[in-house]
Amino acid sequence: MVDPKRNGGYLDFEKPMVELEEKILALQESANGNDLDVTAEVDQLRDRVQKLGKQIFSSLEPWQRVQLARHPRRPYTLDYVARVFDSFTELHGDRLYGDDAAIVGGFARLGARQVMVIGHQKGRDTKSNLHRNFGMPHPEGYRKALRLMEMAARFGRPIVTFVDTPGAYPGVGAEERGQAEAIARSLFVMSRLPVPILVIIAGEGGSGGALALAVGDRVFMLENSIYSVISPEGCAAILWKDRAKAPQAAAAMRITAEEVHKLGVVDKVVAEPLGGAHRDMDGMAETLRTLIESSFDELEAMSPQALVASRLQRFLNIGVVHQE
Amino acid sequence: MSWLKRARKGIRFLNSADEAAVPKKELPENLWTKCSECGDLVYHKELATNLWVCYQCGYHFPIASQKYIELLLDPGSFEETHTGLVSMDPLNFRDSKKYKDRIKENRSKTGREDAVITGAGAIDGIPISLSVMDFSFMGGSMGSVVGEKIARAIKDGIDRRVPVIIISRSGGARMQESILSLMQMAKTSAMLARLSEEGLPYISVLTHPTTGGVTASFAMLGDVILAEPKALIGFAGARVIKQTINAELPDGFQMSEFLLEHGMIDRIFERKNLRNEIRDLLLFLWKDAQSYRGEPTDDVPQLASSSDS
Repeated sequence: MVDPKRNGGYLDFEKPMVELEEKILALQESANGNDLDVTAEVDQLRDRVQKLGKQIFSSLEPWQRVQLARHPRRPYTLDYVARVFDSFTELHGDRLYGDDAAIVGGFARLGARQVMVIGHQKGRDTKSNLHRNFGMPHPEGYRKALRLMEMAARFGRPIVTFVDTPGAYPGVGAEERGQAEAIARSLFVMSRLPVPILVIIAGEGGSGGALALAVGDRVFMLENSIYSVISPEGCAAILWKDRAKAPQAAAAMRITAEEVHKLGVVDKVVAEPLGGAHRDMDGMAETLRTLIESSFDELEAMSPQALVASRLQRFLNIGVVHQE
Repeated sequence: MSWLKRARKGIRFLNSADEAAVPKKELPENLWTKCSECGDLVYHKELATNLWVCYQCGYHFPIASQKYIELLLDPGSFEETHTGLVSMDPLNFRDSKKYKDRIKENRSKTGREDAVITGAGAIDGIPISLSVMDFSFMGGSMGSVVGEKIARAIKDGIDRRVPVIIISRSGGARMQESILSLMQMAKTSAMLARLSEEGLPYISVLTHPTTGGVTASFAMLGDVILAEPKALIGFAGARVIKQTINAELPDGFQMSEFLLEHGMIDRIFERKNLRNEIRDLLLFLWKDAQSYRGEPTDDVPQLASSSDS
């Protein structure tokens, strides 16, 4: 549980839960000071938090999911890496231009397995966000990711990616250095890597910048993550001519995990701890570790040829057309 | 609907030029068209014989998909494939208009089923699988149908063991099919990776404009990438970039010439040379090409007066 005393950064619809949790803490503190037994009261309050949480989180609007996916306290790739894996060694650079801090990658140990882990990385505060460019990669980020994935494939190591980006960075340098080519190349190469690839859409699945790390054998979406072709704001600006219509656009584009799953794009929606992954990072990480291990067990039973053939088929199957 | 806004000088606005560039049979012979680049009035009939390239300044007017088929292929060799594939509305999408209605309108306005035509054809006897995008249909945007047809056309290349050519012209992925549109980028790119494993060439031809998810998938994956002069080619829209960086954009930003300078494309071609350039590339890239080739010709397709070169 996030310490509710470190207040701020909570969303309006979370407030009732946070307030009750503050009450619990206050009660416990005063009890400790006065040597009182408040177990019954605390249990009762905890019960209420649970009920309230279920009530709030069972009927979220698409826009509220967007807010949760972008929650300032949401766990990012390195938060998961530290909790899901037994060790992690970061590797840097694309060998062509630079090292993009908006994407991190390196090798990690997961029980008996050695795996390559790659993901978008956002910052937690202004300074780190400037360093991480708010999780919006440049071409060198995608080229680093691709270099690491190709290396993993060469040495027969499976790959896990964490997807969490508003999108690839729209800037002059990014265009000059071939943002489009870097993303396209990633799709092209990932589709044929002869090792298992697991993709976890962990927060914002923003357009091509997200997809560039998401061509996998299994694609999982956390319950409060989103995945779409354009940001709700971008869609609203173009189709509604008004960025403020982003909530409508979010609903119309069906960007929630549940809807994306229904459209056949992801294999599974991964339940988050009550109130969202940020309220119990360890619990979320445990769920993911189990899922990653069981998925690798499944995929490792396939030959490399069968693996890439079924990965191709997976993406060929997506889309809805009508033959007249 | 406007897919692109004129954010700075040098970007051509499409609608008017497009209308002018779609040749109609009943066109009065004395019609003049104003060149969007040099502003000169050019005689419609002469423009047509010059392949819709301004003979004053060399400006390439946007032309319809059908024109590229005529320009590129041996006459009568084109056989359209994968017809009858049409968009559904899986999201039940609605902005100011229902997506269903937009599809209906675009179908009746353009006479096309969606934003790409695919088919088999030959260039100087060399068989190819061709896809040509059509900007007049919802800005050439890629939804499920465009992705599916292009993926099938690439697969035709594999099955028939022939090279693949795609002529791109698109505003990017189609928002009305959201995540399904995004996935078409992966679908088409994955199919191209298969083609590449088979040792068959893919030539990507970029025309004005090619942006967004189309650029960030099949358009930038050609073994060789060709572009028309002064075509807008990029990932992010100029307006979005300008807002993000809060600064003016460099001259000629995201134009073919800019991409050539930055090493992103192989060649800029003049329209009258497209057929010969591609034929020569096929002869270089594909060993089987020579065996299909008929009598060697260096004919430039229906050209009355050549533009400045």
